[in-house]
Order: sequence, then structure tokens, then C-alpha cells
Amino acid sequence: MSVSDKSQTNGAPAIRAEQLCRHYKMGETVIRAVDGVSLEVFSGEFVALLGSSGSGKSSVLNLIAGLDRPTSGSVVVNDRDLAQLSREELARYRLHTVGMVFQSFNLIASMTLAENVELPMRFAEIERGKRDSLAREALTRVGLQSRMSHRPSELSGGEQQRAALARALINRPQLLLADEPTGNLDSHTGTEIMDMVREFNEKLGMTVVMVTHERALAERYAQRLIFLADGKLVSDETNANAVGAERGRL
Amino acid sequence: MKLPDLAELALRNLRESVLRNSLTTIGISVGVASLVAMLSLGIGLQQLASRRLMKSGLFDTVVVTSRRDLRNFGRDDERTAPPPGESRILDEPTRIEIEHLPNVMEAYPDIRFITELRYEDKPHLTMVAALPSSAKSNDAFEAVQGQFFSSDISPEVVIQKTFAEELLGKTPKTGLDETNVAVVAAPLLGKELTMRYAQREAAPSTAGNAGASSDQGAAGAAYSVVSRELKLQIVGVADLDPESMRGPTRARVFLPLKLAESLHVMQPTDLREISRAAAGSQPVYSSVSVRVKNPAGIRAIEDAIKKMGFNTFSILDATRSLQQFFAVLDVFLGIFGSLALAVASIGIVNTLVMAILERRREIGIMKAIGASDGDVKRLFFAEAGAMGILGGILGVILGWAIGQVINLGTNIYLKRQSLPPEHFWAVPWWLVAFALVFAFGVSLVSGLYPAGRAARLDPVQALRYE
Repeated sequence: MSVSDKSQTNGAPAIRAEQLCRHYKMGETVIRAVDGVSLEVFSGEFVALLGSSGSGKSSVLNLIAGLDRPTSGSVVVNDRDLAQLSREELARYRLHTVGMVFQSFNLIASMTLAENVELPMRFAEIERGKRDSLAREALTRVGLQSRMSHRPSELSGGEQQRAALARALINRPQLLLADEPTGNLDSHTGTEIMDMVREFNEKLGMTVVMVTHERALAERYAQRLIFLADGKLVSDETNANAVGAERGRL
Repeated sequence: MKLPDLAELALRNLRESVLRNSLTTIGISVGVASLVAMLSLGIGLQQLASRRLMKSGLFDTVVVTSRRDLRNFGRDDERTAPPPGESRILDEPTRIEIEHLPNVMEAYPDIRFITELRYEDKPHLTMVAALPSSAKSNDAFEAVQGQFFSSDISPEVVIQKTFAEELLGKTPKTGLDETNVAVVAAPLLGKELTMRYAQREAAPSTAGNAGASSDQGAAGAAYSVVSRELKLQIVGVADLDPESMRGPTRARVFLPLKLAESLHVMQPTDLREISRAAAGSQPVYSSVSVRVKNPAGIRAIEDAIKKMGFNTFSILDATRSLQQFFAVLDVFLGIFGSLALAVASIGIVNTLVMAILERRREIGIMKAIGASDGDVKRLFFAEAGAMGILGGILGVILGWAIGQVINLGTNIYLKRQSLPPEHFWAVPWWLVAFALVFAFGVSLVSGLYPAGRAARLDPVQALRYE
């Protein structure tokens, strides 16, 4: 993966959600996980979605990731309304446009790190020879070149999350969506991971949307802090303290 | 996802739950083995029956008779043919003419006569028939005690078991506790029989005799009948009846054909032909047996011989009935064999449904990182297909092995019963291919539901699954 300086955000919103709703039915009860959220995230921005448990932040992230469909409203990513895409088109969107990192790493236990990292490339039908070299390069970038043939269970949490980051970035997505990426890590390891995320944001110009309930972490890295409560957007703040915040579109 | 990647991932997943997947694969292999075993048995029995019938001469032989004879198998021909008196004679030139027809292996005269045979000074009256050397391959002589004729002119006989019993003064038994042929043959092999027969001896040619007016040229039509004796050595005792199709005219003593011809034994046709003043210098036959090179061409040969003005008989139609019977038998055996495979297919569904439950989160992860519904569906299909192919290969090997074991066991039993070994198990290549394709197909059908279910999994729900 070549590193280029794409750190400047531009004026076009990479993500635009309008009156986004995601309601679930539990018997007779309707749970409004996301209830009329409208927001814009600009290309190259680092945005944190904050809120307590059940506030709807992960649901918003899943809708942006194309893992879920809104009950109403729309999510437009790079001028494509995700609600209008077929299941196949959504799969291609997740494959080429989005990279995801989860709290529980979500590496496939039966595969080695190299196989985990190259899995999205199998779905993208990239040639085996190219896959091997790209997987090696990605794991080297996150400092795991010596652990390529190890299985996830043989690695620490921090190493697993670094491998998950390498996998998320392997198809060079425009969006990096992170759902509590440091939730299962100690603070030192969490900082390491967040430094990497910020590096990708700054050096690769990748738009980052991170879900977290740790305000301090969000304030340290994100340029914007969006607060959710009961499925609604309650606050959208610029974070002037974040490193590199001056480069964001405020 | 490309096919090699799909296959690689499928095999990897199968290896992850090696015990469960192995058991499922064994289930398929047992199903395929059952199918292969059943069909192999059906095919083998069919081949055995065909082989036996071919060897019996029933299916590659056309019996030719003159229309002068009252014995007439073709009733249509009776109506359309010229009157018997005007029909052609079945003599040596005719035999040679028939032998030169295409696809004819040999045409030999049916020489048979009732005569007296003396053994240890006791007379025994029976039917004697001549056999060509090619009759050695007849299955009745396959397990002959002793041997077949050493040559076509040797003064030797092969006798039927019932006649051997008669010679020894034993009462022939029928049923399961039949006397073993080896026991009957032992005291008789190498012993001598004296055959008394009526020889047709040509009389000196005299102008103006009855035969001279014949259009065939009847120089040798007049003859005298002389009583002769010939000592014959018993060289073989046959257990099975080589002439079962002939019914009451079947013989119990067999002579080499050339020897029988050289004896000029008086035949029933001789008297008849002389009374019609039709007999020439050449012998006249009551019937000629025509053996064909390929039974498929038997109809054409029959037609050609009929055109020559003779009656023919073959039991070709019986072959068709037999083929029909075995086709039905194969279908039934195939259905019973498939039942085990049907049970095995339920095992595949169960294994894959379990795999979906176990790998729910993995499916969610794959979808989150870009796998399409089609990718997930194809992956489960590939796993089902891989189990099917592996099970199919193992099943074919197992089915073949079962066949070999049963064949071996049965042959040991046959040997103990002093019966010749048999090969009634056949696994043709098309059955192997069919079993593999069938196992693969059944596996894919079994994978339909699990694969569809895996593909439809909601990734958000799947990722929450612990």
C-alpha cells in the first residue's frame, strides 16, 4: 500500500445521512435504535460517534457500513444512496468502499493472519500472487510481518486489532469505520491502535468514523464529536484539541 | 470468488470440523457403496445370464430345417412357402452354402440317432448326437469331469450325468441332494462303450434305379443298411444338459462330429428322401445348426436362410424379454441402493445446518468485509459438493470392495459344491461415473437449503452472535 499525502479534506460530503431511522419490532414494542439522525461527514474527516450504551451509535455505523438498511431516511455515500442498492451492490460497496474494525476484532479463528488479511481480496477476485504480496505489505505496515502464519488465538488483543486494521485497509477503502476499536484493549495498546488509525486518516486521506463511549479518546483523535442519545443526534461539536484538527473542515 | 479459492476455502472449512465432516462423508460413501453394490449385482447377474445363454448356444444359433419336414417352427412360412414336396433338400451343398453366408461362424449338420450302447455287456438304448469341436466352449462342458474330445475324429464320447448314472445302475435323483457329478464320473472315465449302429452303405451304382430320375443326380441313392459296432472311450461326463432346449430329442451321449459323419449312420431323413427319390450321393440332414459370429446379426441370417427356402428357428425374442427383465431389476436395485444415499443426504443437510450455527459469526464477518450472498452460498455449496465427491469416491471403492468380498465368498461356496467359479459382479466405468455424478448431485441438492439459509443471514445479527 503506497502512502501518499491526502490529508486535506475537501468540500464534498463523503457521507450524508438524512432523517435516518432504524426501528426494530420486538413483539408489540417498536425500538427506535436510530430516530431521525441527519449528519454529514466530509471526505478525509475523522469523526467520533459518542453516546452511552443503546444510544444508537453502532446502529448508525452499521447503516453507513451498508450492513443494515434504514427503516426510513437515507444514507448517501459518495453520491450513492445505500437504501437503493441491491444486496449484491451493497456487498460490493462493503468490499471496495468500506473498511471495518470491530471491538472484538472479528478475525476468523481458523485462518492465519495472512489468510485473514487476504480474505477480502479473495472476494474481490484478486490474483493469488498479488494477494500474497499485498497481505505481506499490509501486515508489515502494522508491524506484524513476523506473525503472518499465526492464528488469531496466538496473538495478543493489540496484535489482533492491528491485523484487523490491516484487513480493513487491504482493498484501499475510502471509509474506515471503527466500532469501539479500543474497547477490548488496555490504554497503552488502545493508544497504539488509535495512532495507527490517525496515521491512516492523515497520510491516506481516509475518512474515519469511529464509535466510542470514551470521550477522552474521541477528544484526542477525532476532529468532530457527534453525540447520540436514544437514537437521536443531540450534539455535533468541532474538536479543536484534536491533533490535526486544523486540517479538518470545521 | 474464483473457483480455486472457493474450493480451497471449502476444504479448509471441512478440515476444521474433521470428525463431523468425516462422519457425514462416510455416510455418503455408505450410500454410494450401497447404490454401486446393488447396481453392480444387477449388472453382473445380467452379464452372467447373457454369458451363460450365449455359451449355451441358444442366442447365437439358428436351427435350419427343410420345409419337407413336418417340423416347422415358422407358421407364416408354412402358409406362404411352396408345398413340402417341392421344397429344397437340406444336404451338404446347402450346408456349405449356408456356411458361406456373411456373419456365419459355422454350420454343422445335426446328426442324432437312437442306438444301443453296451457297457459291461449290458445294453442301454439312448439318443446319440454329434458335436462340433466348437461345442467345447458350451457352458455344459465347462465343468465337464474328464475332458472334451481330444480331436474331431477320436473314437471318444462325452456322456451326460443321467446316462452315467444309468450305466452305473444308479437311480437318478433330482432336487437339492443330487449326486455329485465327480462321484459318478470317477468309475466311468477311460472305460469303453460299444456302440451298435445302422450304417448306410452305398450300393454299387446301377442305371435305371429310382434315384437316377432325380434332378439332383442320384447315383448313390440306393444303399444298403449294415449293422456295425464301434468301441468308444468315455472321456468326459457333463453335469449340465447341453441340449436342454431340445426337449425329448435331446441326446445323452455325444460323439465328435467328423467321427459321426464318417460313420454314415442311418438317419430318419434317409428313408424319407429315398422314398421321394430325392437323395443324391451327398448326405441329407434333418437339420443344420448355424452359429453366428455376432448375435445382433441373427435376424439377417434367418432372413437370408428363409430366402433360400428353409425354415429357421432361434430364440432371439427371449433375449429381449431377458433384457427387459434385467432393466426392471436394475431399476429396483437402484432404487433400494439410492435409499441409503437419501439418508446420507439428510446427514449433509444436518452437517451444513450445524456448520451455519457454528460459523454464524464467521459468515457475518465475511459479509462485513465484502462477501456477497452469492459468495456465501457458493462456499456452502462447495462444501456440500466436496463432501459429495469425497463420499462418492470412497463409496465406489467401498462398493467395489463389497462386491469383491461377496464374489469371493460365493465362489468359495460354489467350489465346495463342486460348481465352477462365477463372476457375477460387474462395476462398469459408466457406473463409477454415474455414482460420482449422482453423489455430487445429491450433495448439491442437499446443500440447497443450508446454503440459501447461510446466504440470507443478516450480517448485523450474525456479528452479534457469540
